[in-house]
Amino acid sequence: MTRLRSLETWGWVALVAIGLAAPFVVYPVFAMNVLCLALFASAFNLLLGYTGLLSFGHAAFLGAGAYVTGYAAKFLGLPTELAVATGTATAAALGAIIGSLAIRRSGIYFAMITLGFAQLVFFLVVQMGWTGGEDGLQGIPRGKALGVIPLSSQYTMYYFVFGAFLGAFWLIRRTIHSPFGHVLRAVRENEPRALSLGYDVDRYKLVAFVLSATLAGLAGSLKALVLQFASLSDVHWHRSGEVVLMTLLGGMGTVVGPSVGALLVVALENYLADMGSWVTVITGGVFVVCVLAFRRGIVGEVRALVARSFTGVKKPSSSTTSSG
Amino acid sequence: MIQALSGQLLVGLINGSFYALLSLGLAIIFGLLNVVNFAHGALYMMGAFAAWMLTNYLGIGYWWALLLAPAAVGLVGVVVERTMLRRLYGLDNLYGLLLTFGLTLIAEGIFHHLYGNSGNSYPVPEQLQGGVDLGFMFMPIYRGWVVVVSVFVCTLSWFVIEQTKLGAYLRAGTENPRLLQAFGVNVPLMFTITYGFGVALAAFAGVMAAPVYQVTPLMGSNLVIVVFAVVVIGGMGSIAGAIVTGLGLGLVEGLTKFLYPQASAVVIFVVMALVLLIRPAGLFGRER
Repeated sequence: MTRLRSLETWGWVALVAIGLAAPFVVYPVFAMNVLCLALFASAFNLLLGYTGLLSFGHAAFLGAGAYVTGYAAKFLGLPTELAVATGTATAAALGAIIGSLAIRRSGIYFAMITLGFAQLVFFLVVQMGWTGGEDGLQGIPRGKALGVIPLSSQYTMYYFVFGAFLGAFWLIRRTIHSPFGHVLRAVRENEPRALSLGYDVDRYKLVAFVLSATLAGLAGSLKALVLQFASLSDVHWHRSGEVVLMTLLGGMGTVVGPSVGALLVVALENYLADMGSWVTVITGGVFVVCVLAFRRGIVGEVRALVARSFTGVKKPSSSTTSSG
Repeated sequence: MIQALSGQLLVGLINGSFYALLSLGLAIIFGLLNVVNFAHGALYMMGAFAAWMLTNYLGIGYWWALLLAPAAVGLVGVVVERTMLRRLYGLDNLYGLLLTFGLTLIAEGIFHHLYGNSGNSYPVPEQLQGGVDLGFMFMPIYRGWVVVVSVFVCTLSWFVIEQTKLGAYLRAGTENPRLLQAFGVNVPLMFTITYGFGVALAAFAGVMAAPVYQVTPLMGSNLVIVVFAVVVIGGMGSIAGAIVTGLGLGLVEGLTKFLYPQASAVVIFVVMALVLLIRPAGLFGRER
């Protein structure tokens, strides 16, 4: 197992190095988009992969972060960090409200309720004047990091986003491996048992939900700064479905899976952008294939393979998730 | 004043009829198969398109479409159940939701590619054109027809499920499919038929809706979310509950359109929040 540990450490070093070099290899805006959606999917995975709650309304938090950050930066003239903080805090508050209502029902109802509330948020965004309705909120200024470094350059902006991503990603990883994270997994595996062991299951679910919503809001805030606009597609239920796909494709319940999924989905959408409605058809097709034949996702499959070759024992394959 | 109010209430009642038909199908499918059929909205859209295609390509009118379109879409449902849904029965029911979500994207994408974004209008059948002056308002006959037929179909489904032997099998299967199979009932076949029937109901609603709304590839995409909220509010425990909740929420929506139009798009979700606060299991529901 020590070989596996050091392999893992080197893996992280390599990933950070790739992240640092990325804007010189690919188009920086593409790389930033990937980072934002990878953060979004990782936040979502905290809920689906580790707590076993399928939220079908996470676009509401991404969108709330994006729009409020845009509003704070454009109309209130707040400095960049404060604008991001405002957007993130709004998503957290929204997460607390929606979460406290949604956890009153379990299982598949949870998905339907979160979807309904996200639709509510969508209609509110459409109707409120300052959001720009169909046109979206345009011309969001990027401002200066720490009040001195202008973010107008794609490279400074990239490293700003990369820094925020690393911080948030570290937080997610810490959460997963903390005692709190283990309780979440216990809730996922056997809720009545966790309850009978004395854990306040509802409180754990709510904290996980709010944390997930907060980080999704951070992803939205960063995305609004990168693209300098927030649009209705950020709050639409297609976005909520997209994040499920990223997580499923990459591997739910794995630490890096959602980021891998985000990279693939964003790349797919980029390359197929001029194919119009076929993008939707292909996305749907990937969804169907993942659900029918590929439920562990890419990282899940790779990990199962590695674990088998290191231990030499074939582990009984589980169709859902295992800890990471 | 009265005219505007009753006009909105009628529109609400029509929307409510569609909510009732769709949530009934969802409830039946969920009850037996334990699958939340996200594709319900897309299948409703396919029903409407099937009617439109029958008229435009084959010259077949409304009355035959009312029969043929649900049959065709129901057949699609049977194929989906046999080839895909069936593989997911042992698993967590979120996979059923995700599979049908993927199928929704495929269906909407294909129809969007073929027919674009613009609406196609479908004529009201000759026999149901015109309207009646009720004194306080003018009612187009077709709209009255939609309400009456929906209530009839819902009641008929309720009767079949609650009062016949076939319905008894269905209810037994909802409670305990393995025990039912042990009694010699072909449960897998029953699953297929049930899914096909639920899907056909959605397509039937689509044909009914074709002359009222524009036929567009995305006509079912927001509707299915509203119907999910209806199902959360009503609870999926009872068939009668699904019907009553559907019609009632349609009326609430119509009333909101009259009192405060800006809120009409969100009122059902607000009701959902209130119900979750007061009665989390839903108005007619029991926690499964």
